[in-house]
Amino acid sequence: MVPLSYYLVLSGILFACGVTGFLIKRNIISIFMSIELMLNGVNLSFVAFAAHWHALSGQIFVFFVMVVAAAEATVGLAIIIAVYRTRETLNVDQVNLLKL
Amino acid sequence: MTANLHLWLIPLLPLTGAAINGLLGKKFSRPVVVAIALFFCGAAFADVLWVAAQFAALAKPHIEVVAPWIRAGSFQADFGFYLDQLSLVMLLVVTGVGFLIHIYSVGYMWEEGGFYRFFAYLNLFMFFMLTLVLASNYLLMFVGWEGVGLASYLLIGFWFTKDSAAAAGKKAFIVNRVGDFGFLIALFLLIKHFDSLNFQTLAQSIAPLAPETAGAGLLTSAALLLLVGACGKSAQIPLYVWLPDAMEGPTPVSALIHAATMVTAGVYMVARSHVIFERAPAALTVVAIIGTLTAIFAATIGICQTDIKKVLAYSTISQLGYMFLACGVAAFSAGIFHLMTHAFFKGLLFLAAGSVIHAVGGEQDMRKMGGLRTKIPWTFWTMTAATFAIAGIPPFAGFFSKDEILWRAYQASWAYWLIGVFTAFLTSFYMFRLWFLTFFGEYRGEQTGDAQEEPAQTGMSAPHDHAHGHGGIHESPKVMLVPLVILAVLSIIGGWLGVPGSLGGKNRFDQFLGPVFRSSAPAINNSHANAGETAPPEQQTEGREPETGHSTELIFTGISVTAALLGLYLAWLLYQSRPQLPQQIAHVLGGFYNAVANKYYVDELYSVLFVKPLVDGSARLLWHGVDQNVIDAALNDSADGAREVSDVVRQMQSGNLRSYAGWIAAGAAAVITYMIWMGVK
Repeated sequence: MVPLSYYLVLSGILFACGVTGFLIKRNIISIFMSIELMLNGVNLSFVAFAAHWHALSGQIFVFFVMVVAAAEATVGLAIIIAVYRTRETLNVDQVNLLKL
Repeated sequence: MTANLHLWLIPLLPLTGAAINGLLGKKFSRPVVVAIALFFCGAAFADVLWVAAQFAALAKPHIEVVAPWIRAGSFQADFGFYLDQLSLVMLLVVTGVGFLIHIYSVGYMWEEGGFYRFFAYLNLFMFFMLTLVLASNYLLMFVGWEGVGLASYLLIGFWFTKDSAAAAGKKAFIVNRVGDFGFLIALFLLIKHFDSLNFQTLAQSIAPLAPETAGAGLLTSAALLLLVGACGKSAQIPLYVWLPDAMEGPTPVSALIHAATMVTAGVYMVARSHVIFERAPAALTVVAIIGTLTAIFAATIGICQTDIKKVLAYSTISQLGYMFLACGVAAFSAGIFHLMTHAFFKGLLFLAAGSVIHAVGGEQDMRKMGGLRTKIPWTFWTMTAATFAIAGIPPFAGFFSKDEILWRAYQASWAYWLIGVFTAFLTSFYMFRLWFLTFFGEYRGEQTGDAQEEPAQTGMSAPHDHAHGHGGIHESPKVMLVPLVILAVLSIIGGWLGVPGSLGGKNRFDQFLGPVFRSSAPAINNSHANAGETAPPEQQTEGREPETGHSTELIFTGISVTAALLGLYLAWLLYQSRPQLPQQIAHVLGGFYNAVANKYYVDELYSVLFVKPLVDGSARLLWHGVDQNVIDAALNDSADGAREVSDVVRQMQSGNLRSYAGWIAAGAAAVITYMIWMGVK
């Protein structure tokens, strides 16, 4: 039996990787993937707790998160493609038309 | 207490006049302004006469409470009016002389700018003065007290475009504040210990107390503080310096406020507080000493003044000194008697001086007058009556009142009497000097036929006393002469009210005022009522001089008349017979003459001692030090600090999305770290 703390540590590492990637990457797709990584890090801790406490609510929550993530991925990728088509770049620093 | 005389009407009438003229007067023509001012002042006078007619039938003191004012716990101060012999005399003097001066002002101020303003202020002054006189408690009296100070300030600075007038007004106001400070503290003391400021209640609670002969106690300190207030208002040493400067105001103002009425408020207040003063012998002695010193000090300065109004100003200070001396030897009714006669003859002197100034086209320097006797005969004769009255030559009014004071002063101490008689000599000398310089000899001024010596002034008026140079030397119009004549008659016969026993009179004035002061004399005196000279001088009870003293009193009367005649002779010798002599005497005396001519450098001394340190202190310490370096600096520095912090912090809000995310991450990390750390703990 793997102890709960292992899962939590792994979850934390995954989340930290996601945050770091979000902060340092310039490519929109990489940033997008970092966000997914963070979500999955959180999902891991949900299921770990659900297993630990023998409660189903955590697992159900994970489903919701996955649904949201899937929806987000659909919309997000569509936007990315639209951006690439108009700007011909995927560098976020150059997609700053809304900034003053 | 049964009759209701509606005493509140008396002060309110002039206030109505002041309100109408002050608020609407700008649109009125001059006759309308005059009609309003004279009507309301005259109505007050008529009301006072009516009250006087009812007076005999009244229970005294007659108190009317109109409305509650301040009630806090057991302390109570109401809008109440207090009528007894003392306030009746004051009422008659204030409204009577005040009304005459109102009439005179019509002629005097006719060509001045701000005509309606002048009469509004004058009526306002009457309101406050009558409030002061009629108040039934110290607090209401204080309202009137401050109000007359305000009116005095406004009227001294009437020609406010002239710097010296504005400065004189401020000086009067500020010096008076020093006195009022003492007055206020005295009131606080009385409230704390007797829980009341009503004259009647106070008299009842103080009457059983024994005189503080052994040491200074509560009553002595209260009396001394009241004295500080009286010194400020009545221009006594050391607070007299404002009165000579106050002559910057129009001459009727000098007559009404700075000679006849307001400056006597201090004497009135001391007389009104006689219950306290009688039980504080030490304070009474201080009153007498201050009065005596002021009398002689101001008289010596008066000798060397050349400005006709300044001579009269110093003479006023000196005469007020006499009144204080009278109060100081517990001869309150003698003081009030002199107050009344002084109001007549000094009011007249100022008005006549105004008429002289008017005649010579605004000149106030006596050295440029002379020989005016035949040119302005009415002014000359009325002024003569007043001069003889103030010099104390019988049977003019001043003789009786001054003689009464000197006699009572002698009973207290021969030193008071000696200085008093010498002052009487000086008074006679400087008054006749004025008289000779102005009316006799050759005219020494330039011809005023086309006197346009005043440069045309922009603004409201030529801010100099009636510099309307029309015609040559001319007599004043009738409207100015009638008050002069009435006051001259009063200056002659006013003293006959108080002919002393030694001259075959009954001293009715003293008998009339007697009940006010006698009823409350310290109990210790009643047992010694007939002890006469053997009683301690400070405890001489009013009007109880022994019958046997008549021959002695006659001798003293003779001495003071001789002193007055000596002054007349000396003035004649120096200024009429041998006009070159004063120069030589001044030359011989040298430094002393300079000191006197420069008013003993008192103004300069005060300037070095008080004014300069105060101005420097407030400029250097409070303005540059506290205001600029502490208050302003705190404000500016906090603003600078806010800007500097913002300069740093605004770097955070860069518009770069990822840096925001970074901040969020860092914040989350910080929160988690904190929670873990707390959790571990």
